[in-house]
Amino acid sequence: MAMENEGKKKIWSEYQKEIANDHFFYVRSCIRQSFYPGSEQFFLDFMRNVLGKDVYENPSHTTCTGIGYHGDIVPLSTIMTIVARHFALMKESGYKNIAISCVTSFGIYTEILETWKHFPDELAKTREYLFKATGREFDIPENMAHTSDIIYKFRNEIAAKAKNLLIDKKTGEPLKVVEHIGCHYAKMFPKFGVGGAEFPHVLSGMAEAWGGEVIDYPERRHCCGFGFRQYLVQANRGYSISNTAKKFSSMMPYKPDLVLTNCPGCNMFMDKWQYTIKEMEGTAYGTNGDSIPVLTYEELAGLVMGYNPWDLGLQFHMVQSEPLLRRMGVDFSREDKFKTKDGRQMPVPENLINA
Amino acid sequence: MPDMTGSVVVVGGGTAGMEAAGQLAKAGLSVTLIEKEKYLGGHLREWHHLFPDRRPGDEVLSYLKNQIIHNNIRLLTGEGVEGFQKRGNDFIINTRSGDVVKADAVLLTTGFDLFRSERKEEYGYGIYDNVITSSDLEEMFHSGEIMMKNGEKPEKIGIVHCVGSRDEKVGNLYCSKLCCVTAVKQAIELKEALNKCKVFCFYMDMRMGGALYEELYREAQEKYGITFIRGKVSEVGVNFSKRLVIKAEDTLAGRPLKMELDLLVLMAGMEMSAEGLKLAEAGKLEIGENRFFAASDNHFGSNKSNLKGLFYAGTCTAPMNITETISHARSAVSDIINYMNSDRK
Repeated sequence: MAMENEGKKKIWSEYQKEIANDHFFYVRSCIRQSFYPGSEQFFLDFMRNVLGKDVYENPSHTTCTGIGYHGDIVPLSTIMTIVARHFALMKESGYKNIAISCVTSFGIYTEILETWKHFPDELAKTREYLFKATGREFDIPENMAHTSDIIYKFRNEIAAKAKNLLIDKKTGEPLKVVEHIGCHYAKMFPKFGVGGAEFPHVLSGMAEAWGGEVIDYPERRHCCGFGFRQYLVQANRGYSISNTAKKFSSMMPYKPDLVLTNCPGCNMFMDKWQYTIKEMEGTAYGTNGDSIPVLTYEELAGLVMGYNPWDLGLQFHMVQSEPLLRRMGVDFSREDKFKTKDGRQMPVPENLINA
Repeated sequence: MPDMTGSVVVVGGGTAGMEAAGQLAKAGLSVTLIEKEKYLGGHLREWHHLFPDRRPGDEVLSYLKNQIIHNNIRLLTGEGVEGFQKRGNDFIINTRSGDVVKADAVLLTTGFDLFRSERKEEYGYGIYDNVITSSDLEEMFHSGEIMMKNGEKPEKIGIVHCVGSRDEKVGNLYCSKLCCVTAVKQAIELKEALNKCKVFCFYMDMRMGGALYEELYREAQEKYGITFIRGKVSEVGVNFSKRLVIKAEDTLAGRPLKMELDLLVLMAGMEMSAEGLKLAEAGKLEIGENRFFAASDNHFGSNKSNLKGLFYAGTCTAPMNITETISHARSAVSDIINYMNSDRK
C-alpha cells in the first residue's frame, strides 16, 4: 500500500492544473438536471452562498451537441461553431474562466481547443462561421475547469465544514469508495485532468479529504458502459450492460459503500444498469443484498456538509442511498422523501432498490 | 604508433569510454578519462549475464578494467563535465569541481539512460510492488533471489517488450534494439532459476537481428516453452489478493486477453543520457530526431561530430550492444589517430 500511494503521489504531482479561484462562466449539462437534479443546484449554492464566489449563468447557453457528435450526427465544424458561440456568450458576459458541469462537454471543449491550437486554420474558419451565422466574436478562455476540478480545489474547505464524514458511524472505519472518472475527463488529454489519466486524483482526493478510503480494483479504468454508440445504437445495448456488469463484478469483492462519479453518463449508467441487472438476474453488487449507491461529487459534498439528502435529489436515483446514509449517520426523514418543498406528497415509485 | 603525442579527453567511463581510453593510451596518446559516477563500467555493472551467450557481465568488465591500466591514462571518477570550449585547435574542458583540462581532441562516450518506466503510467511501475524493470531483474539475478515483494517465488511472469521504445506517446519513435533479445535471455534465465514458472512475452515485433539472436529465440520456444504473444499490454492493476492483473490484446488470435501474474518485467528502452543532452546544448552539438548525437555522416563518419576534433562512440549515438559498442569505440580511436596525424596539423 505504501508503494502504491507514494507512486501515485508522484504521478499526481506531475499533473497539476491551474483551477481559477473566482468569476466563473458556468455551463450546465443537458441531462444532469433531469437525472440528478440536486447536483448542479448544490454546486451553485455552495459556490455562491457558502464560498461567496461569482458564478454566472447565461440563459442563451445551449447544449454542446457532444452526444450528437459522438453519435456521428453532428459534424466537427458544426460542434466547433456551437462551442465558439458559448465562448462568445462568455466574452459578452465579461467572463474569462469557464466552469463546465458535464464531462462529455469538458472533453468536447478540450478536444476543440487542442484542435485549434494545432490547426489554426480551423480556428480561423470557426471564427468566420460564427460571425457569418450570428455576428458574434469570441475569445479563448483563460481558464477552463470541470466543476469536479473546482470542488476538488475546495475539498478541504468542505472537509472543514463537514457534519458527516465518510466514516462508518458504528465501527469508526473509513467508508470504501469506488471513484469512477468519466473517460472524456482525462483519457484523451491527461494534462487537462487533476492527476492525469491513469491514476486520476480529482475524485480520490475528495474522498480522502472527507475521510473515505479509495479502493483500487482491476476494472477501475473500464468504461461505465455508456460509451455513446454502445448505448445509442439500440442493438449494442447488450454490450453496454455487459461492460457495466464486468465493472461491478470486479469491484464487488472490495465491498464498496458507494461509487463516486464526475460524469453525467457514468452516473446514469452505473446507477440504472444496476437496477436492470438486478431485474435480469437478481444480482446485487453491494453488501447485505443491497446495490451500491452511485453519487455525484456534488451530492457527496452536500451529504458531507450536512445538506438534507432529499434536497440533494438522492431519491431520484435508481439505487437508493439509505444504506450509505445510515452508515454515515446522516439524519433523514422517510416521510419527507417524496414530498415537494411546500409539503405536498409526490407519487412514490414502486420497487425502489435499497429503500 | 607508440611515438604519437597529444592529449585526448574521454567523457564517460562505460564500455565505450574504457575501451577507447585503453586503445588511445596504447597508441601513445595521453588520455584523461572522466566518469561522473564513483565507479567505472556504466550500465555494464548492472548486467549479470550478457546475451546471446550468457557470458557473465563481470568478465567483460574485467577485460575493460585491464584495458585502462596504463600510465598514459589519468582517471577522474566522481567528476562531471560542466562544459567545454574550443580555442583554435585546443579544447578546454571544465569539470564540475572546477578543474580545467586541456586536450587536442575530445571523445564523448556519455552513453544512454534507461527509459524511466514510470512514465508509462499504465504499467504501474513505482505503483505496484511486483512490476519491475529488466534492470531490476538483473539485480535479482545478481543476488540470486528472484522473488516477489512478499518473499514468495513467482510462478507466472509476464515480460513487456518495447517499454519506451517505438512509442509515439513518449516521443521515442526508434527501436532500442536490445530489448527483444534481453527479454528472450531473461525469460530463459527465469525458467532456469524457477523451474516451475510460466513466462509470457508480450511483443510488437520480434527484432532478433544480431548474431545468434534468432537461435536464442528458437531455443526459448522449443527448449524452454516460453510463450510469445504478439500484442501490447494496455493496462496493469491488482486484484483483491493484490495479484497483478494485466490486459492485453493477442493480435494474432484477434482478441483481448486478461491475465493474472505474479511478476511483470518491463523491458525499458534506451534514451540519450541527460548528461549527453547537456553537453549537446552547451557545445552546440547536433542531435538527431531520436535525440542521440547526430553523426556527421551515417556511413563514413559515425564517430564524427559537427565540431572538428570532437568525436562520439557507443550508445550516445544510437542503441547498440556491447559488441557493437566496443567496435564503435575502436573505430573512434582510428578516427582520432587520423585526426591527430593529419587533420589537426
